[in-house]
Amino acid sequence: MSAGVKRLLVVGLGLQVLLAATVAASFLPLGPFKPWVGYGIAVAKAVLVLWFFMEMRKEGGLVRLATVAAFAWLAIMFALTASDYLSRSWIAAYADV
Amino acid sequence: MAEQSRAEIQFHNIDRQREADRLGMLVFLASEIMLFGGVFLAAFSLRMLSPDEYVSASSHMKLWHGTANTAILLASSMLAALAVEMASSSNPKWAGRCLWSAVGLGIVFLGVKAHEYYLDYLDGKLPGAANAHFSSEFEQLFSNFYFTATGLHALHVTGGLALLSTAALRRSARHDCHAILIGNAALYWHLVDIVWIFLYPTIYLAGASA
Repeated sequence: MSAGVKRLLVVGLGLQVLLAATVAASFLPLGPFKPWVGYGIAVAKAVLVLWFFMEMRKEGGLVRLATVAAFAWLAIMFALTASDYLSRSWIAAYADV
Repeated sequence: MAEQSRAEIQFHNIDRQREADRLGMLVFLASEIMLFGGVFLAAFSLRMLSPDEYVSASSHMKLWHGTANTAILLASSMLAALAVEMASSSNPKWAGRCLWSAVGLGIVFLGVKAHEYYLDYLDGKLPGAANAHFSSEFEQLFSNFYFTATGLHALHVTGGLALLSTAALRRSARHDCHAILIGNAALYWHLVDIVWIFLYPTIYLAGASA
């Protein structure tokens, strides 16, 4: 078995372990941190898929940039939307004054 | 032995062709990420509007169907990556086997999903169905989101299966040591996997212990 095959099998196993960890964590009394743990593990899984399965580790800067660009625009979209929803209560608070 | 080692006429060499093909595929995948980004943004907005109702609506989801499907899709993604590795190391027989195994797991994923939809229908959680009943307007909104997100994802799984099958059926693709067609089909399949990786906590884990 080649080193490349072994690497992919280990990463595949690691992904299943992360899945087990995220299921276990969802039953723990983590309170407000629960979504952070769930999405944190999801990000870890996505990074493993991108880096090893999608072979970003072998790619040059241009291809990596094209991949990161999508997530950068997504982050802007989420940040702007959150700035609306999270600040609504501030405006409501001033309206009462 | 390796075939298709010569580049298409418009490329100087095979490395440049491979990079152009991958770059084109990744730009297309970026547009797919923006498409699903809108779906995730809907869930994000719902959760910020009413966090407690979101958790309560999520608790009606079939956690173990979602968990099984996550494990299946992660394994299928690994098999697609192994197919690329096998084709690259001039092992076309195993490249084909890995691709067909990935396709098989993808079909199992759709089977589990179909069973889950059937159970949702029996529970009255299918919006528009004659037996549909929701405890609140928010729960119906969440259900709309759930069927839109997973339905769109299932369409992408079907498209991915068609791509993987095409790559597996083509002798020239299996024998291409640059794995251009198999590599691009696998890239698409990995994106389908990544979308599900984020749908899983969004739909199922949010209400897991509620």
